Amino acid sequence: MIDLKDVSKFYLVGDEKVKALDHATMHIYPHEFVSIIGPSGSGKSTLMNIIGCLDIADGGMYRLDGIPIDDYTENELAKVRNNKIGFVFQSFNLIAKMSAEENVELPLIYQGVKKAERQERVREALMRVGLTKRAKHMPTELSGGQQQRVAIARALVTRPSLILADEPTGNLDSRTSEEIMVMFHELHEQGNTIVLITHDNDVAAQAERSIRIRDGRLTEVAR
Amino acid sequence: MILSFKMALRSISTNKFRAVLTMLGIIIGVMALIVLVSLVNGVTSSVTDEVSSLGSDLVSVTVSDDKGSPIKLETLEEWMKEPNPIGLASPSSSAYCTGKFDSESENIKAYGVTPAYFTIEGLKLVMGRFLKSSDIRNHTQVCVVSNKVANDFIGYEDCVGQELSLDGMRYTIVGVLQEDESLMGTMLSASDVYIPYTSLMRLATSVSSSVTEFTLSAADGFTMEQLEDYMNELLSERFEEDDDAYSVITLAVLEDAMDQITNVLSILLGGIAGISLVVGGIGIMNIMMVTVTERTREIGIRKAIGASRGTILQQFLMEAVVLCMMGCAIGIFISWSILRLVSSIVASLEMSFTLDGGVVLLSVVFCFIIGIVFGLYPANKAAKMKPIDALHYGG
Repeated sequence: MIDLKDVSKFYLVGDEKVKALDHATMHIYPHEFVSIIGPSGSGKSTLMNIIGCLDIADGGMYRLDGIPIDDYTENELAKVRNNKIGFVFQSFNLIAKMSAEENVELPLIYQGVKKAERQERVREALMRVGLTKRAKHMPTELSGGQQQRVAIARALVTRPSLILADEPTGNLDSRTSEEIMVMFHELHEQGNTIVLITHDNDVAAQAERSIRIRDGRLTEVAR
Repeated sequence: MILSFKMALRSISTNKFRAVLTMLGIIIGVMALIVLVSLVNGVTSSVTDEVSSLGSDLVSVTVSDDKGSPIKLETLEEWMKEPNPIGLASPSSSAYCTGKFDSESENIKAYGVTPAYFTIEGLKLVMGRFLKSSDIRNHTQVCVVSNKVANDFIGYEDCVGQELSLDGMRYTIVGVLQEDESLMGTMLSASDVYIPYTSLMRLATSVSSSVTEFTLSAADGFTMEQLEDYMNELLSERFEEDDDAYSVITLAVLEDAMDQITNVLSILLGGIAGISLVVGGIGIMNIMMVTVTERTREIGIRKAIGASRGTILQQFLMEAVVLCMMGCAIGIFISWSILRLVSSIVASLEMSFTLDGGVVLLSVVFCFIIGIVFGLYPANKAAKMKPIDALHYGG
């Protein structure tokens, strides 16, 4: 499913070359629920960007569904993100001018799905996150938890190979966080592959398997 | 495509005030272009109509230096008889003199002409007769008066038989001309009288048996150009090939000149309006740059969930073009209203100002091009953004 081998990524901070990822190697198999845990500045976001095909590694090899994507162009990456990855961000990242259902519909529009099918799939996705009644609401009219559920619906609607969640509970209170985590468990049970990135040990512990990242290096967490 | 059009409308409508301000430049530009060009065209067409109604079927000749071979009345007679492009010819010299009737006196322009003049100029009589050949031969003291002289100076139209004094010489009125009802004719209507050329020779010292001004019409089967060419050839030969000794003028030349002037005017005004359109386009570009920056995060989200470069480019380009075209449509509507208003104000002048289809089309095409050209840079800026940079912009 996800196959990282000796992946490195550097950033230039001023004149200094900072290693954000240092020969990172890991494997994630289909239908797994894996958490990646690490403090801020550990290279967590970089890892997430590379797994999510938002960025390209400087060295090493990355295969997603068996396809090497190291030398993909920007548009090819966009297509991979569109078809294979569902993102859930810490700050929800909904488009403010669009209603809940329009936000969910957007990735389908980019896929070129026909209107009738789009509507059906949007309805289904919103039902799965329990927001059917709020479909016409604008993001500003929704609570944080509801917004994150819209974001999850948006991630689900394309039926991606991988759901990539970056601190999905970071901006939510503990009760709402629990609700969201319950939802991730449900999605996992329904057969989705989930990678959850967090700095919160309690959240990380809920996954089947945890990988720790520190100074750009990955280690499996023993349970 | 339709979806991106809808999206563009949505994002424009979220900030209507800004959209209107942005469009203002385009609106004003389109208005300037359409109104100015339509006004020029309106004036041109009515003036051109007038000019051609004055008669573009005569040639006027002025001789400034006869080089010892003057043109006499007899010369004109001979020309008319010869088989050449000259149909009719009449002297058309004039002199100002003081006209007196009862106790009234007025400055009157007296034309010394021959009977041919009536046909050449296409005059019409309301009563009486025009000059006859015998009047010319006998230097008769008769005159034909313009409608203005009859009505304004004498006081009534039915004045045939009355005696009018020109510089102290008594002339019997034998005919009254019809008023020219066209706009140009009304503007040019003057206190004119027509007297035999031979009679004007006695009245005015500037007029002698040597004819220096005359008008001609083309003979049957000849065009104005042929007549003009023939006259140029004839006079050039007569006056030792000195082009400055004479001038041959046709109204066709006048029309051409007017066409040229108005064309230059249209292009000039259109050009100025075009510049204001370009300025409007820069306004669009400016706002699009702001919009792209404001929406960096949105662009990041769209890219993260799978929008390609082309999709983002299309979205922002569409927005710029829609802005331009909306401005264009509003501008066209306002122009139409203005032209309607102007037409109704000057309705009495018999001028009509209508929306010129060509210039409307031109402004639509121009606005479209401006939308593309000035939208391209901001749209490209948006499309080039890296998803991670855009996502983390502003938190």
